[in-house]
Amino acid sequence: MSKSSAARALWAKPWIWSFLGAVLVWLITLVGVQGQGAGGILTTALTFSVFMILVGLGQMLVITSGPGNVDLSIPATIALSGAVSMKLMDSQNELVALGLVSALGVGLGIGAFNYLLIRLLRIPPIIATMSSSFLIQSVAIGYGRGLRIHPPDLLADFATGRIWGIPYMALALVLLTVVLGLVVTRSVYGRSLSAIGQNPRAAALAGVRVERTRFVTYTLSALFAGLAGFLLSGFSGGATLDMGDEYLLASIAVTVIGGTNVAGGRASVPGVWGAALFLFLMVTMLNALGIGSGLRLVITGGLIIAIIVFAGNGNKT
Amino acid sequence: MNALLRPDRMRAALPVVSLLLVLLPIFYLQPRVMSYFGLNLLLNLALPIILATMAQMCIIAVNDLDLSIGSFVSFVACVGATLMAQNLALGLLVLLASVLVYGLIGALIEWRNLPSIVVTLGMSFVWLGLAVLLLPTPGGTTPAWLQAFMTFATPLVPFPIVAAVVVAVVVHLFLMRSAWGVLLRGAGGNPKAVTRAGWSMVKARAAMYALAGLFGVLAGLTLVGITTSADANIALRYTLISIAAVILGGGEFVGGKVSPSGAVMGAITLTLAAAFLSFLSISPDWQIGAQGAILILVLSLRALIGRGESK
Repeated sequence: MSKSSAARALWAKPWIWSFLGAVLVWLITLVGVQGQGAGGILTTALTFSVFMILVGLGQMLVITSGPGNVDLSIPATIALSGAVSMKLMDSQNELVALGLVSALGVGLGIGAFNYLLIRLLRIPPIIATMSSSFLIQSVAIGYGRGLRIHPPDLLADFATGRIWGIPYMALALVLLTVVLGLVVTRSVYGRSLSAIGQNPRAAALAGVRVERTRFVTYTLSALFAGLAGFLLSGFSGGATLDMGDEYLLASIAVTVIGGTNVAGGRASVPGVWGAALFLFLMVTMLNALGIGSGLRLVITGGLIIAIIVFAGNGNKT
Repeated sequence: MNALLRPDRMRAALPVVSLLLVLLPIFYLQPRVMSYFGLNLLLNLALPIILATMAQMCIIAVNDLDLSIGSFVSFVACVGATLMAQNLALGLLVLLASVLVYGLIGALIEWRNLPSIVVTLGMSFVWLGLAVLLLPTPGGTTPAWLQAFMTFATPLVPFPIVAAVVVAVVVHLFLMRSAWGVLLRGAGGNPKAVTRAGWSMVKARAAMYALAGLFGVLAGLTLVGITTSADANIALRYTLISIAAVILGGGEFVGGKVSPSGAVMGAITLTLAAAFLSFLSISPDWQIGAQGAILILVLSLRALIGRGESK
């Protein structure tokens, strides 16, 4: 018992470790490539981590709202919002705002739908978001069939542009993260989220608006996924139906590695950044060391398990 | 009539009703399906999904969720198409070891009180990675005996139906009727009681996970017996389908409430959803959507029944 409490004290700042891991992995990579392109590696890592961080932040909110809460509809949301916004913008610069609004609108709709399923059918959120993800995926396939529309130049320039090696998207995301960090730690919503994550009954008895908090949480997650779909299709030259697939497991992984309590009640906003950078840099490192994709996956999986076993941020009770 | 309308009976009847809702229109639209060959063709791919569903059910019975079953089945399929074809003993040894790994994962989850979602998420990367290592590009060949087994022509009733019934009955007898089954389900229903009765929760969870691993192995082998070659992504979608099938079959996430026969029917229903659409000449684009719609429909009905129950 004393051992685990000591470990817990050590983890007072749960996010610090993911950043340390990221730096360590980066340094090993630098040794591997003899110091060449140190900045370039970071720029690439920032660029690709942006999407993972964005959906990770949403998943983090959902997971914080208590055990059993996971948003499985993130990949489908990414696919649909990408398809819808690309089609509406039709490669025209003047319509970028419309595209953004439509992507967010898709997110808003899906979030509300997820919440309604959970509320009305009284089913576990995992099943609710899974069922809706099946539906959304089908709509995206039906809607996006043969869709090959280039993003407007304005969006593509923003998504791929950078200043002093830092992608615009990363800068914008820092802003969003700071705001979200304040919201999670300071606002009524953030407090309510922690409260229902720790004990929904107690929270309800204490006057926390459980249902409203849950609604906001699922909507925010879908909104972030919608935004990710918009940016991702701008970044990769158009929307594809499977572009969100890898973000389901990744969003859960960055949440957990970042130090958010899997049992709910404690979010770690900066940790999502650290974890996403860590995961990407680790892939870079294994690549630089000449390790193939199979072994890379095995190592990634092993690391996730090792982190959850030793970090102690996942204990169910 | 009143006895039929009792909520618990209605709930138990739901998997049957949803299966018929998909099956009867298919029969109506295409009567030729109602033959030995037609059913064989229709249900050909159901068996691996049924077995994967059984695996998921074992995990759900102890209040956990397995996000790795899809990549595990893919891994087994890759073992079947590579190692087993070259060296049967080595292949079997690897599969046995992987079942043990499944058991160990269960023990680890119980011992350290870990969230199953995250641990199995990690394992899904591991199995996928191992599958890629075995079979970097799609291919391989299935051993002839395995192909022969999967194309086995049973008399009168098509093989997939025989196999589905056998699986449902065997799992039902073990999990619902035997003393061991009661104990294992108790590990999900009331862990404290199981511990107080002197049983080890670590062993119980390990046993359920190992059982899931065994079903996963069977799912992978039957799958590769049908497809005759494999690739590392061959069964990734089984993860979500298997969860959906268990829930469709009347399983609950907490409390060790599962129904093997219901889950088998759930798996068949989801498999048939695809055929259903093609008989209606609706684009296969909507196949996943139909599965989602069935799921939502059944859950709505269950919520309605539940509301009636609480009155």
